[in-house]
Amino acid sequence: MEAGHSVPKSQPTVKSFAKTAAKGFNVHVNDKYYAAAFLGPSLLILGVFVFYPMVRTLYLSLFLTNNVGRPTVFVGLKNYVSLLTSAAYRASLTATGFYVVGVVVLTLALGILLAQATVQKLAGIQWFRTIFSATMGVSVSVAAIFWLFIFSPSVGLLDQIAAFFHLPVINWLTDPGWAMVAIIVSTVWMNLGFTFLILFGALQMVPPTLYEAADIEGASKRYQFWHVTLPMISPTLFFTATVTLIGAFKSFGLIDLMTAGGPNNATNLMVYQVYKDAFLTGNYGMASAESIILALVIALFTLLQFKFLEKRVTY
Amino acid sequence: MMSLTKTHKSLRYLGLGLLALLILGPFILGFWTSLMPTADIAKGILISSHLSLANYVDAVQQTAILRYLVNSLVISTLTMLAQVLFCSLGAYTFVFLKFKGRDFLFYVILATMMLPFEAEVIPNFATVRFLNLLNHYAVMVIPFLTSAFGIFMLRQAFRQIPGELKEAADIEGLNHWQFYWRVALPYARISIFTLAAYSFLESWNQYLWPMLTTFSDKFRPVQDGLRQLQSQETFNNWGMIQASAVIVVIPTLLVLFVGQHYFKNGLNEGATK
Repeated sequence: MEAGHSVPKSQPTVKSFAKTAAKGFNVHVNDKYYAAAFLGPSLLILGVFVFYPMVRTLYLSLFLTNNVGRPTVFVGLKNYVSLLTSAAYRASLTATGFYVVGVVVLTLALGILLAQATVQKLAGIQWFRTIFSATMGVSVSVAAIFWLFIFSPSVGLLDQIAAFFHLPVINWLTDPGWAMVAIIVSTVWMNLGFTFLILFGALQMVPPTLYEAADIEGASKRYQFWHVTLPMISPTLFFTATVTLIGAFKSFGLIDLMTAGGPNNATNLMVYQVYKDAFLTGNYGMASAESIILALVIALFTLLQFKFLEKRVTY
Repeated sequence: MMSLTKTHKSLRYLGLGLLALLILGPFILGFWTSLMPTADIAKGILISSHLSLANYVDAVQQTAILRYLVNSLVISTLTMLAQVLFCSLGAYTFVFLKFKGRDFLFYVILATMMLPFEAEVIPNFATVRFLNLLNHYAVMVIPFLTSAFGIFMLRQAFRQIPGELKEAADIEGLNHWQFYWRVALPYARISIFTLAAYSFLESWNQYLWPMLTTFSDKFRPVQDGLRQLQSQETFNNWGMIQASAVIVVIPTLLVLFVGQHYFKNGLNEGATK
């Protein structure tokens, strides 16, 4: 592309040239001033709060730091090596992996179920659509409080139900395995409103003629779901999966409120580990290395998503 | 489609009802216990006949919950307005302005979408401390005045504007600001509305950042306000905590239901084209 005075995006016409000539200047000469004014604020903010901190985090991750976060001794990749060989950090990675997979699979499965349940034509179906999208209006603290009560020992709903049926009581938040289940369930519930809305939108876009044709050919509903519905919504499904996945990698609030990473670090997910190392123990170098690992993982999945977006845009 | 038999139909309603219960359960339970005396909750009673609004009165009088709500409203509104303005101006640049290095800058901004804020809190905390922004509204607004995602999304929307419109505007002698304000913004209104709702909710749901940067009730937003209530001496006062949670969830539910129509259109537009 030529610099400074390239042609307009749409095909230039004799008329527009004439107009420009009549004005006596090229309309694009001013563009760089407009660009500076229009884009400047965004560049400044992104530079200070997104670019610089990434570079700085990378830099800090190569150092030992003092208690106010200033780098002291250059140690190269040592922070990374000690992280990846530490049983505690590997446990945090494993816990994160387990959590992310659990959240993504359950969110998508239930999201499809809810969306599929509301594409049918029934009187009052609009009400169910509104209800199913409701958790989109729930913030992380509210979700944590509602579920804390459900999972809380003795007074909580689940323990009461267990007591009523004389079932063994489960220590939802103090048993390492069940605490993970508890935060997965809470996260999935919180995700469902958004996932439902997106998938419902996708299902509505599937041309009804496809189902009519399948009906005529005698395909069962189950067959139609696997061979018509799923392929048709697969781009949206992929989009939803990556959004959910990236969100799950960034989870912090629910963990902080419900388990504080416990019990026994069973729910000590990646972001919580960064927070603990940086802001509770003041180990900024290590926390920076953990941040870089987190950023790499998320960047990888965001790239995947871009690839998909690109495809869709050219389509 | 074949007409459904009556049993078939009621089975479908039963299924839908069960799903609705699953989604609404935590809301209902939270709302129900917010009306109950904490003493009853502590005894493990879930069906109480002593229902009242006492917990709400307590929450409003004994905690700063309303202040937290106002703080969040201020922070989220400012963030929303700023993002709509700066993202749309940025997006406009990438669609209608020609200058050297434009494509390079666009890829740079696209790349920032890959960088999670959660991985950058350490230097960002140092930056806002250096800028003397700690414990103020500004610390929760300034880093989020714009967003790469918003720029990207509105760029897609602006690209849909027919080239003839721009030509006509050039002939009319509209400058870029006038074209942006009178044509581009109204044309992309659904996307603008979607970004507004998205950025508002995003800001409203911030948790980690305000937790690190605000230390007083004067500026603390609701998410961290609830954390504060939950971790303080009120911890076992379940009735009051549930009442606070309900107070916090009602505004966003209202926004959601009122805005849903626009939101859904906007999302579908983005997700299916």
